[in-house]
Amino acid sequence: MSNSESTDPIPFSPPGGRAILWRCFKYLRPYLGITLGSYLLMLGIDILVLIIPQVIGASVDQGIHGQNTAFLGVAVLQLLGLTLVRGIFIFLQGRWIEMASQGVAYDMRNEIFRKITHLSFSYHDRTETGQLLSRTVQDVERIRFLTGRSVLRLIDGFILLIGTGTAMFWINPRLALLALVTMPFLIHRGYHFSRHFRPISMAIQQQMAVLTTRLEQNLRGSRAVKSFAQENMEIERFNKENQTWYDLSSTSVRIQAVNVPLMSLISNISTVIIIWYGGQLVINNQLTLGELVAFTTYVAQLIAPVRQIGVIIPAISQASASAERLFDILDAQSEVQNAPDAIPLPPVQGHVRFEHVSFGYVTEAIRDDLYNTEKSRLRVKERANGATPDRMIYIGSGDDHFQPSRRRLNILKDIDFEAKPGMVVALLGTTGSGKSSIINLIPRFYDISEGRILIDGHEIRDVTIESLRAQIGIVLQETNLFATTIRENIAFGRSNATEEEIIEAAKAAQAHAFIETMPLGYDTLVGERGVTLSGGQKQRVAIARTILKNPRILILDDATSAVDTETEHLIQLALERLMHGGPNSTRPTSFVVAQRLSTVRNADLILIMEKGRIVARGMHDELMKSNPTYAEIYRYQLRPEEDSDRATLHLTGSGRS
Amino acid sequence: MAASAVTHNEMDQKRGQVFDQRVLSRMLAYLRPHRHRMILAMLLMLVGTGLNLAIPYLTKIAIDQYITQKDSQGLNQIAILLTAAFVILYGATAGQQYMLSLVGQRVLATLRDQLFRHLQVLPLGFHDTHITGVTVSRVINDVGVINDLMSQGLVTLLGDTLLLVGIIIVMLSMSPLLALLTFSVIPIMVILTLLYNRKARYAFRQTRAKIAALVGNLAESISGMRVIQAFSQEELTEKRFEKVNRENRDVNIDAMTLSFLFLPAVEFLGMVATCIVLWIGGSLVANLTLTLGVVVAFLAYVTRFFQPIQELSQLYTTMQTAMAGGERVLELLDTYPEVEDRPDAVEMPPIQGHVEFQHVSFAYRNNVKVLHEIDLTIQKGQTVALVGQTGAGKSSIANLLARFYDVTEGQVLIDGIDVRTIKQQSLRRQMGLVPQDPFLFTGTIADNIRFGHPAAPDSAVEEAARLANCHEFIIETPDGYNTQILEGGVNLSNGQRQLICIARAALMDPRIIILDEATASVDTMTEVLIQKALNRLLSGRTAVMIAHRLSTIRNADMICVMLQGRIVERGSHGQLLAQGGIYHDLYEHQFAKAMADQGVS
Repeated sequence: MSNSESTDPIPFSPPGGRAILWRCFKYLRPYLGITLGSYLLMLGIDILVLIIPQVIGASVDQGIHGQNTAFLGVAVLQLLGLTLVRGIFIFLQGRWIEMASQGVAYDMRNEIFRKITHLSFSYHDRTETGQLLSRTVQDVERIRFLTGRSVLRLIDGFILLIGTGTAMFWINPRLALLALVTMPFLIHRGYHFSRHFRPISMAIQQQMAVLTTRLEQNLRGSRAVKSFAQENMEIERFNKENQTWYDLSSTSVRIQAVNVPLMSLISNISTVIIIWYGGQLVINNQLTLGELVAFTTYVAQLIAPVRQIGVIIPAISQASASAERLFDILDAQSEVQNAPDAIPLPPVQGHVRFEHVSFGYVTEAIRDDLYNTEKSRLRVKERANGATPDRMIYIGSGDDHFQPSRRRLNILKDIDFEAKPGMVVALLGTTGSGKSSIINLIPRFYDISEGRILIDGHEIRDVTIESLRAQIGIVLQETNLFATTIRENIAFGRSNATEEEIIEAAKAAQAHAFIETMPLGYDTLVGERGVTLSGGQKQRVAIARTILKNPRILILDDATSAVDTETEHLIQLALERLMHGGPNSTRPTSFVVAQRLSTVRNADLILIMEKGRIVARGMHDELMKSNPTYAEIYRYQLRPEEDSDRATLHLTGSGRS
Repeated sequence: MAASAVTHNEMDQKRGQVFDQRVLSRMLAYLRPHRHRMILAMLLMLVGTGLNLAIPYLTKIAIDQYITQKDSQGLNQIAILLTAAFVILYGATAGQQYMLSLVGQRVLATLRDQLFRHLQVLPLGFHDTHITGVTVSRVINDVGVINDLMSQGLVTLLGDTLLLVGIIIVMLSMSPLLALLTFSVIPIMVILTLLYNRKARYAFRQTRAKIAALVGNLAESISGMRVIQAFSQEELTEKRFEKVNRENRDVNIDAMTLSFLFLPAVEFLGMVATCIVLWIGGSLVANLTLTLGVVVAFLAYVTRFFQPIQELSQLYTTMQTAMAGGERVLELLDTYPEVEDRPDAVEMPPIQGHVEFQHVSFAYRNNVKVLHEIDLTIQKGQTVALVGQTGAGKSSIANLLARFYDVTEGQVLIDGIDVRTIKQQSLRRQMGLVPQDPFLFTGTIADNIRFGHPAAPDSAVEEAARLANCHEFIIETPDGYNTQILEGGVNLSNGQRQLICIARAALMDPRIIILDEATASVDTMTEVLIQKALNRLLSGRTAVMIAHRLSTIRNADMICVMLQGRIVERGSHGQLLAQGGIYHDLYEHQFAKAMADQGVS
């Protein structure tokens, strides 16, 4: 998902170290009871693990060798009983630690989500969705592993090592020493294997993602591929990536094939040592046969946990790298926050005033280097060194933060205008001229760097964000509906809306008719699991949800893009209704990023934007005379060049209706 | 991808065949080039299995013949023998694993290449009717599943069966009574494993579904964050997320709980077997009908025969999934292209630009005719606009011209040559297509402009960009022509993407241009830019334009009005208006609407 994944370094001592790990473990607090319980059970299991070989050994010595069948019967029953108890312990311990660590993951994910919903637009502008997804999904998963089984297994491994060692020393110190001599190698091999294997398996995963993307791009762009006759080029590119995947895979296969059986070999050597040296001891009557059998059982029981120790250590340092990335998100400060003494904005009339507003930020081109593994490796390193680069600093805070890699983006300069209640303000300009920025500043999605924005005389930074946004309705250019019913989508801003209100809003938005034709009507699910709505239908549902909100201030951002002419007409109708206000209310103040000039014509104020400034303003008639650009666009769109007579005829004809 | 994996699993259950000979034999064919390695791996497996059987037996000898007989010399020898056996076992295991995995990955890579190559020759119709995600999942997931079966599964099947049979024989030969008694746990073990597999498959499918739901919710919320904040719906969204998050937690706990039940149960069964050996074996030793060494060897064999039983029961599930996966992959490979170059197809000579449709009729696969007897001549350098409602046949004409499909009747001639007699690629290389939905590939802007001509120099890229009116905005981006296009082109506006698509076509210097409603989805200012760019691009070239907005086609040399697969009116804008037919009505309608908008306000 994220390209930086594969390049995570796995340092021996985690960056940020113990403090970060400790912070992870604090998430276990609500689950203290079951966590402690599972650790206690682990101790119980370990004790049973130490007793069982003793019983087996004794039954061999006294039961079989000593030919005591009665003893054998008791021993067998003991063994079954102990195994049963151990089984119950394992079950409970596993379930409890799973509950605790899943709880940690659950809490963390909720916390991240809450954080994400409260971070302002500027944070989301510079953060890739994929990044946030992989933080919330994979990184949390690693921390879950850390707070759950991994540390438990680590402690378990050491306790068993010490316990078994002691038990074996108690039987025969020299044999014990010989039997345990392979253990450090086992730990080392486990560690070594895991350190080499993890990065490469992650690289494989990433290469897999690259392959998937290549394929997806190829399929989605198949029309372009075919019409530009680029099939062979595409095949070549895919083969190349596929070959890279194969190379990585074969390396991984080699690492596995060499190392996994090697660990078995090491532990088998222990068995040979026990049989050979232990056998000699038995021959010399320094050890009983039963003790020899107990020894082999001990060693066999020890192998898995000891192997785990080596594997877990790299996982822990990896989890701590994950934790650092996660806490980066959790510690991020939203740039737009309520002032400490913010008051709720009282119901407004809709008077909006921009006073010498400037807006801009310094940005790093971080999106680009996400696609460049080398750069993102550097970025991860930079982070690992404890430097969390401040990706965006507002110009208002001074230019001394400038660094060569950052670029100044001054989006708006000295914007000054006033919109009286009920006015329609149209914004006209090319992409990037700043028209979208102006409308994003009104609901305070960003904070300005200079000047003031006043609504009914209240500076918007002095009022609470919720109360401000509650009185503003927005129809965005790209429509986002949620994967739920149409009803819930319309009632998105007002979950307590009545059925009548919802239907009325849908009717006003020209959406009622098509919703009615759906099998489940307003209960139809939209999105992945439900029906797919067309762009125009989605747009109309979005308009309905804004109508339902009945806002005093209305913002419309290029709402008719990407729909056919018929739908465009419907949307225009819906928007007109919206701009005229509900039946029981007065006209809201509207800000329209204009698409069709028919809307612009009737605006009370037209602002023509260019490179962050207002270069012309006025009403239609004034601009037609004073602004050649405006006049040109207008002619282009509404008046056929070759047929101007006819168009004029139609335009004058409009007076009739 | 996680979500599609889930649906696949569900499909597997329906398909659910464990052995499909047709699928299996075709899949096995892929192993043929690697048969030497496969044979070597089999041999190594035999060695490994033999050693796995021999080692406990050696232990038995060590105890019975040397330790209890106090033969120190013999013990030394057997220790060396054991060490050697373990070392050889290591070599055999490592070698076998390496060979098998390597072959598996190679086959995987080959299959993927083959699938990709195949996808390139499939007709556009295939891509129009198949969901990208599903096809991707076939190439990525299904192929992986097949690999699981072929490289690992078959050898596991063979190796485990051999090992199991070997253990059973050895145990029976050492002590038939004790062996039979020990085997009594096997049926319980098999039932338990099968039961667990079924439950676990469901449980883990649930975990995948829930994590997919969580990711889905998260992705949706992040991309809809503006709406959420604009409507102050943070809390409601958080509640929704909490719900999927909780469900994810709960199914995970359930799935793991299942494992924690299964694991101790298996261990307990193992202990039951051990106890049978100890107790019955012990009594037999007491009766002097059995040696102690046999008991110890039995203890070792008992721990060894559990593993193959479990693996074999698991293999059943793997087989089921792999067969379903194989079937889907074969299905894809067996889809044949509709438009193929004839064996005697020649390269298209440099195109002049004269296009002729002669009595062309056309039906897509469903045999419903979408074009009837189209006759259309476009002179070199002319622009022809196609007007009509959705489904009238406009796009079909464009598709036939680029030979994305072959005509059902009649013929399409370019410079007098039937397009079916020439190589597709040589034809398309001389055509430019500007699509309705401007698709850009990830990569830099420059990469996208030189898409059709990867070797084009920077100067040519810039020239094309200037012609397409996009040079200005490109140099204003931080990295200019090296700006990375994000997936879906989200970092550019629709209009900007369209301009880049025009530059991409311009760079090819095509003789024939097909425009599919190129200005449908852009803002007013950009529309002007695009129109200007198009006028430049079209001058001196033959062009076919598909249009919804009549304002864009007034300058066309000829306008064809299409209705239900026929050209019902043709002529220039002025002529058609004067005719007072469909075009006239359409034109009136669009203007009336523009006026009506104003009427309301």
